[in-house]
Amino acid sequence: MTALEKTPRIWGLLAQYEDPHAIYKACEKVRDEGYEAWDSCTPFPVHGLDKAMGLKPSRLPWIVLCVGLTGSTFMLWFQTFAMGNLYPMIVGGKPLFSLPAFVPVWYEITVLSSCVTAFLSNWILSGLPAPHHPAFNSKAFERVTDDKFFIMIESQDPKFDLEKTRALLQSTGATTIEELAS
Amino acid sequence: MSNPAEASLPNDPNVRGDVALEDPVEGRESLVRGNLSFHEITEKVLAVNEKPVAQTPNAFKAAIAFAGLGFAGFGGYVGYLFWEGPGIWGNNNPVGWAWDIVNFVFWVGIGHAGTLISAILYLFRQKWRTSINRYAEAMTIFAVLAASSCVALHTGRIWMDFYLFPLPNQMGLWPNFRSPLAWDVFAVNTYLFVSLLFWFTGLVPDFATLRDRAKVRWRQLFYGALAMGWRGSTRHWVHYEKAYQILAAFSAPLVLSVHTIVSFDFAVSQLPGWHTTIFPPYFVAGAIFSGFAMVQTLMLPARAWLGLKDIVTVKHIENMNKIILVTGTLVGYAYAMEYFVAFYSGNEYEGFTFINRSFGPYAWAYWTMVSCNVISPQLFWFKRIRTSVTWSFILAFFVNIGMWFERFVITVTSLHRDALVSSWEYFVPVTEPLFLAGTFGLFFFLFLLFVRFFPVIAMAEVKSVMPQANPHWEGYEHGGDHHANAPAAATAGGSH
Repeated sequence: MTALEKTPRIWGLLAQYEDPHAIYKACEKVRDEGYEAWDSCTPFPVHGLDKAMGLKPSRLPWIVLCVGLTGSTFMLWFQTFAMGNLYPMIVGGKPLFSLPAFVPVWYEITVLSSCVTAFLSNWILSGLPAPHHPAFNSKAFERVTDDKFFIMIESQDPKFDLEKTRALLQSTGATTIEELAS
Repeated sequence: MSNPAEASLPNDPNVRGDVALEDPVEGRESLVRGNLSFHEITEKVLAVNEKPVAQTPNAFKAAIAFAGLGFAGFGGYVGYLFWEGPGIWGNNNPVGWAWDIVNFVFWVGIGHAGTLISAILYLFRQKWRTSINRYAEAMTIFAVLAASSCVALHTGRIWMDFYLFPLPNQMGLWPNFRSPLAWDVFAVNTYLFVSLLFWFTGLVPDFATLRDRAKVRWRQLFYGALAMGWRGSTRHWVHYEKAYQILAAFSAPLVLSVHTIVSFDFAVSQLPGWHTTIFPPYFVAGAIFSGFAMVQTLMLPARAWLGLKDIVTVKHIENMNKIILVTGTLVGYAYAMEYFVAFYSGNEYEGFTFINRSFGPYAWAYWTMVSCNVISPQLFWFKRIRTSVTWSFILAFFVNIGMWFERFVITVTSLHRDALVSSWEYFVPVTEPLFLAGTFGLFFFLFLLFVRFFPVIAMAEVKSVMPQANPHWEGYEHGGDHHANAPAAATAGGSH
């Protein structure tokens, strides 16, 4: 079979599981088979499922650290610059560089810049907002935000083979398996 | 596995949540009662939201209309204030700050319970918070909105408010960053914004549930837009949980910092009665105290009307009452300590202010405050009272009143008799009660809309603390049919 024939028109396979235990075991199995372009979807974060899938920890905290430190440094500098250079004026007998009085705003801006970064990078790293996804074509997938658990394996995965992948998902105890149109 | 105490509960779901379980031997009490499955949680929580708009109960319509009238009235009041200026208030020469600031501190304080529940209890892994956090966070946002409108209006010349923000201008003039009033602008705005981000992040998975279950087009579009295409992907949950943790970690010190900075508005001045170092912790304790009372005031009727007694149980009410008891006692201690320091400092102006506060012309306000804030929460030492829904509601109501009076006492009594006897003046409000009523209108209008259209319980989070949410839960290891009747006895302290 050529690569072209091996790649079917379908987007991938969607397998449904009934509880966190089943999907946990299934994810371990799919991970150990060496699949890469695949995902699991759950109504709530199932504890340890990221490890069962072999996912790396999120980079998000590092992004927040960098932007938070930048925001923090900027605000301290800005207060010093605005109060000491742009319009130097003694207020309340405090020196031009009055560090203790700068702490509250410095602190608030550190919090604000970190939180806005955490919020935005969460969606950006996840590729959201994304109005459409092939799984949304499935009627069964409507329960993913309620009480059902799903694994989807994309056809673009090098290891994907419609029959073998289906057999693998079957062996993990999936209750239903359907093909997703792209 | 299943808690024997659970079996002894009455079958009627309208009563079950109101029965306290006393079973210290069998472990901690269930957070979710009635052996609910994941799907039943969804059904229960969304029952209110999914009711077609035409079928909204008449009582609810009436409540929304009433609150909307208050909100509209508030708009009218602001227009009147805009037209006439702050002369429509009773503020006089020594009393330059009165109900405007009292209302501001009152509302911003109420917000703090929401953040405490959503952030600090989250970081301390207090799983019971999941049943009440969404509600409390919504309360925070609407309370802080009410607070910001008060503080924006207190300036009198509202159209000059932009000077409070660091906007570039041709004069090269920036806010005075050494002033507590500028700190306050930054603190309150950061607080409002971060609370909104935190709340929205928590809501997204639940919006996705509403989207997936929507039957009509406008709901699909409305909730679909809000859910942003959320599909519960584990690759997303990894980032999501980290972001949520970070937002919680930053919001936790915000609880302490925002009201600390609000207290600086007073404490950094040199006025006897305001110039005290105890203010920051005292204000924070008071804020949490008043906030939990407001959560109770809103939650107790709502859990009965919305049929959520299995999810918000007596256990939750009792826990909140314990926090009210602790913070109420802290507030009482702070009142006593203020008097001791006034006496011990030997400063006669300080001494006079405090004697005048409790025995002067505003003694009635002072003693209202003391009886509501210091005496009433002490009743929560009795288990009978703190596990009683009626008592909780009554006492929470008293605390709300008491905490409003606390801010009134601090602001007005310290000002009305200043150092120059000839300028002493008694402050009498003129149109201010309308101002307070208007902010309540704003608060309740937004809150009722929230209850009607947004999930009031953080479903994804509640599901994740149920025992069957753990992939290694013993029910799975033994195999068998665990779906039909999985015991939903999420224990309060159980680990993942």
